[in-house]
Amino acid sequence: MTDPSLNEPEPKEFEQEERELEKHGLHFELNRRTFMQTAGAFSAAMAFGLPETASAKAPAAAMVRTVTLSVNGSPRPLSLDSRTSLLDALREHLDLTGSKKGCDHGQCGACTVLVNGRRVNSCLTLAFAAEGAEITTIEGLAKTADPKDIGELHPMQAAFLEHDGYQCGYCTPGQICSAVAAVEEYKRGALSIVSLHTGKVDHPEMTDDEIRERMSGNICRCGAYPNIVAAVRTVARGESA
Amino acid sequence: MNSFSYERATALEQAVRAGSAVGAKFLAGGTNLVDLMKYGVEKPTTLVDINHLELAQVTTNPDGSTRIGAMVRNSDLADHTLIKPRYPLLSQALLSGASPQLRNMATTGGNLLQRTRCYYFSDVSFSACNKRTPGSGCAAIQGYNRIHAILGQTDKGPKSGESCIATHPSDMCVAMAALGASVEVEGPKGKRTIAFSEFHRLPGSTPWVETALRPGELIVAVTLPPARFSRNAYYLKARDRNSYAFALISVAAGLEIASGKIASAGLALGGVALKPWRVTEAETALQGKAPTPEGFRQAAEILLHGAHGYEHNSFKIELAKQSVVRALTLASRGTTEGGEA
Repeated sequence: MTDPSLNEPEPKEFEQEERELEKHGLHFELNRRTFMQTAGAFSAAMAFGLPETASAKAPAAAMVRTVTLSVNGSPRPLSLDSRTSLLDALREHLDLTGSKKGCDHGQCGACTVLVNGRRVNSCLTLAFAAEGAEITTIEGLAKTADPKDIGELHPMQAAFLEHDGYQCGYCTPGQICSAVAAVEEYKRGALSIVSLHTGKVDHPEMTDDEIRERMSGNICRCGAYPNIVAAVRTVARGESA
Repeated sequence: MNSFSYERATALEQAVRAGSAVGAKFLAGGTNLVDLMKYGVEKPTTLVDINHLELAQVTTNPDGSTRIGAMVRNSDLADHTLIKPRYPLLSQALLSGASPQLRNMATTGGNLLQRTRCYYFSDVSFSACNKRTPGSGCAAIQGYNRIHAILGQTDKGPKSGESCIATHPSDMCVAMAALGASVEVEGPKGKRTIAFSEFHRLPGSTPWVETALRPGELIVAVTLPPARFSRNAYYLKARDRNSYAFALISVAAGLEIASGKIASAGLALGGVALKPWRVTEAETALQGKAPTPEGFRQAAEILLHGAHGYEHNSFKIELAKQSVVRALTLASRGTTEGGEA
């Protein structure tokens, strides 16, 4: 469950925002703070009133316990329901909202994170099952955690910036995490179906066909693919962004 | 999603005991199970997490066969030094399936137990699905059945409690069928081995019974016989986009060629039935002959004998035949030659 207070801006920012909006003739009857509180209470009611939870023939008692997830190098103890996906644990409980929820069914790749260095869909990973693993999210890739410091970005982040590998940006954190792993896989000689079907089974070159196949688990609805391929190509070939 | 309790198994006996309880399911990669739990199709009351069992090894047996632990991930299996050079058919099939993220999660055992991707099965707003609700009928027969079966299906009309025209979605299993694998399971009554061709069930009159597994049984390994098709193998997958889509038709083709003649063949189809479709007569028909398009077409005709299509998938019958010819042709040219001719 989202705690609305976590995402709430400072009151000063609110007032300034509302003044700015009113200056342009925009006025909210329901201000944002009230909306957040109402929405929070509403979705809480929805979660507890889920028909399937209530009407199942032999429902097991809701299982809530403390798990400790290791995220970006820090142990994070959390009290979670067994149903919580790793993605929801990151976004709703740890406020690490870089990982995105697109389809929530393992089809779009927006939720991609690294678990023990391997790229996985965090929406299909249960948080309980991730206990004991090292989890790296988009927030953990750069050398510094300061979002304003772009001098210390991971080379893949820098390459996406340089090549404009996004439009709306929603799929970007998943694309970047996936691309980081794709380059690691390539460097240790992992093959793709493109390598096998073209007979290049001994350290294939990272051609654009290879990049497209190896990045096929990440969908970009804006269609920024050519620039994403360019960014991955740059890092895979060791050229600086 | 239903509430469930979670138990992490650290020993095989513990897993089998916990997995035998009513409402319990084993959690491996979770790529299919968790997905279906979100849809409300799977409703386990206990998940037994088997990810920490010692089942992730690939080893060679003294007789040259290869034993793959049930928890070996699809990506690791495809790239394994005991698999890639000896069973390229399996590596190709694995790397044709899903996405890199899913292959990093999905396991060998879990892949065997993938449920169908029939939309009328995974969407609970359709009431008729004999797999999900035995006796409710089959919405696919008169629905959008592009991805559905042309072989081995049960069609007694959309209202029959026996009808089911779903397909099995796996690529890995198609290659394992062609390779003649076997499945090792451990259950409350001990260990047993199931031939790959016996593992998955056609719908028959009980579409909800999908495998030969008995309650509480856990897949512990898959064994591949000594490699025969390392030099001549091709996995062909025809689908609606170039990557990351389920097969409309797939073909696993392996040939053992000696002095210009086919000594033995392994051939199986995916995307056509509720199990990998293998007809041994099609394989024996190839034996002793030179690899020619005519011979390949004859094998394809045997394999597709009795095929029956629906409004949206009749194209699959000829597509399957041509895919068989193409896969066998590319296999006969040699695995390392590269197939995109």
